Amino acid sequence: SRYRSVDEDFFEELEEILIQADVGFDTVMELVEELKMEVKRRNIKDPEEVQSVISEKLIEIYESGEDHLSALHIQEDGLTVILFVGVNGVGKTTTIGKLAHKFKSEGKKVIMAAGDTFRAGAIEQLEVWGDRVGVDVIKQTEGSDPAAVMYDAVQAAKARKADILLCDTAGRLQNKVNLMKELEKIKRVIEREIPGAPHEVLLVLDATTGQNALIQAKTFKEATDVSGIVLSKLDGTAKGGIVLAIRNEMKIPVKFVGLGEKMDDLQPFDPEKYVYGLFSNVIEEAEE
Amino acid sequence: MAFEGLADRLQTTIQKIRGKGKVNEADVKEMMREVRLALLEADVNFKVVKQFVKKVSERAVGQEVMKSLTPGQQVIKVVKEELTELMGGEQSKIAVAKRPPTVIMMSGLQGAGKTTTTGKLANLLRKSYNRKPLLIAADIYRPAAIKQLETIGKQLNMPVFSLGDKVSPVEIVRQGIEKAKEEHYDYVLIDTAGRLHIDEELMQELRDIKEIAQPDEIFLVVDAMTGQDAVNVAQNFNEQLDITGVILTKLDGDTRGGAALSIRSVAEKPIKFVGMGEKMDALEPFHPERMASRILGM
Ligand SMILES: Nc1nc2c(ncn2[C@@H]2O[C@H](COP(=O)(O)OP(=O)(O)OP(=O)(O)O)[C@@H](O)[C@H]2O)c(=O)[nH]1
Ligand SMILES: Nc1nc2c(ncn2[C@@H]2O[C@H](COP(=O)(O)OP(=O)(O)OP(=O)(O)O)[C@@H](O)[C@H]2O)c(=O)[nH]1
Ligand SMILES: [K+]
Ligand SMILES: [Mg+2]
Ligand SMILES: [Mg+2]
Repeated sequence: SRYRSVDEDFFEELEEILIQADVGFDTVMELVEELKMEVKRRNIKDPEEVQSVISEKLIEIYESGEDHLSALHIQEDGLTVILFVGVNGVGKTTTIGKLAHKFKSEGKKVIMAAGDTFRAGAIEQLEVWGDRVGVDVIKQTEGSDPAAVMYDAVQAAKARKADILLCDTAGRLQNKVNLMKELEKIKRVIEREIPGAPHEVLLVLDATTGQNALIQAKTFKEATDVSGIVLSKLDGTAKGGIVLAIRNEMKIPVKFVGLGEKMDDLQPFDPEKYVYGLFSNVIEEAEE
Repeated sequence: MAFEGLADRLQTTIQKIRGKGKVNEADVKEMMREVRLALLEADVNFKVVKQFVKKVSERAVGQEVMKSLTPGQQVIKVVKEELTELMGGEQSKIAVAKRPPTVIMMSGLQGAGKTTTTGKLANLLRKSYNRKPLLIAADIYRPAAIKQLETIGKQLNMPVFSLGDKVSPVEIVRQGIEKAKEEHYDYVLIDTAGRLHIDEELMQELRDIKEIAQPDEIFLVVDAMTGQDAVNVAQNFNEQLDITGVILTKLDGDTRGGAALSIRSVAEKPIKFVGMGEKMDALEPFHPERMASRILGM
């Protein structure tokens, strides 16, 4: 075993591993402090025993008393509207394609709304996904008002008695005030047409993103009352540890993780599995 | 208190020193703690932070800072100087081949901004250097990637070479360059599909494209919001492709952009341009000093 004892070096290495996973300095410090106290209280001497305490603590931070965290708010009968928001290039459109596939294979009637009327090729990208998974796309021409697209999509979804409406939006950086206002307007249109909708507002975060993801979560939550996070691109080497801080500070749960570019590469978020992946390094090193 | 700038972070230490009127090593150590924090919050890789803090500490305990009347300011000055130095001189020049066309190849992770930046670069080459570029659509994987580049081409009124998504990227590039030679284009810009640095098959594809294209410039396009993973990405792409430079995108956001420093330290390749928006004119030369200020939150 690399660590013969649970000493300062051990904790320092742990700090580094968590920082390297983008958990963020404040959360790491808070966590490691708590761990130190717990180790002292339980009089733990064996590094391997600490592993389980770490997992417990992290999952505790993560779960903090809510159940069915990763479940989506699906309407028992009638239409469920899910709005996707996030900064540029994180994986919104791809996640919509994946989710459409998931709902479709559960036998649901799904419709997608091409609400990104700005980015070159965005509508066509969603259409390719529509063909792939066999789902209709409601669209207007490039450059048209995204709120108008949403209006059309809601009407179509009602008329066709769809179960799920997945709404794509253009990527936008959270410091662009006008673009955030536009997003609020998009949401208002949906709300007006269907009371209680959108039933989920999913913020897509790229796992490679660092501390800025915290500001993303804050600003998008203010603008659209985000109900859950999709952590995309976890198939790379980045760990997306910032979701711990987001969970800790803002209580927004992660609902799905993206693990690739294909339609099956989406999984419900599993806190235990995620936390294990966060510091599998420490565990492996300790087991060597 | 996340995301305070370096000056704010040093405030308490500075107050203390003011009271004492003299700086000792413990004070410097405390200041360095704050420097470390500021850099970590800006997403500079923690290993890079370690080395950097060590280097700055050596200078900070020196005469220049310790004897100064404004040690706080001096520390900030040293940090900024070292950071600027680390990020290299201004290097926004694009390569020019002895015999045209000059070939530029884009590479990077998914969603970094390659396709958009391909358009921006072509626009810049035409506007500022009066060049005639041909864009090559070599991303056959991402849904509607070719359409995206073609739409950009149309916006810019610039030709895009494509063979659809049923021909291999290597073959597309080969034929595209042939066309560029025949029709006397002086620049060729190759858009490639986003890929993970650990995807062996797709990284091999990039090496094959490089082999056939013999590019004069290979850019790694990196999202400025990237966190600690930036070093892995830069190191891997550089090892496998020997990139010639980096383009940092989405700097119009409010990220501190510490990834810039991480990339510089591991790849030792210049950051040549920064993306400042989604529009085709939003590409600017890289300024090391501005970047240093930004990372420090100044
Ligand atoms: N490796 C990997 N790539 C992904 C994942 N999710 C999306 N991508 C890729 O990331 C890139 C961007 O995805 P998009 O779905 O276009 O992202 P977006 O948020 O809609 O982008 P904009 O609309 O331009 O803001 C594409 O190349 C996707 O294939 C994932 O989980 N893993
Ligand atoms: N705000 C801002 N957005 C940018 C910038 N550069 C690119 N984008 C946006 O980022 C998103 C992804 O850009 P793309 O050019 O499609 O990225 P890519 O690397 O080609 O993506 P893949 O081909 O899927 O790997 C799009 O929404 C772009 O408009 C920039 O400098 N600032
Ligand atoms: K990204
Ligand atoms: Mg999209
Ligand atoms: Mg692209």
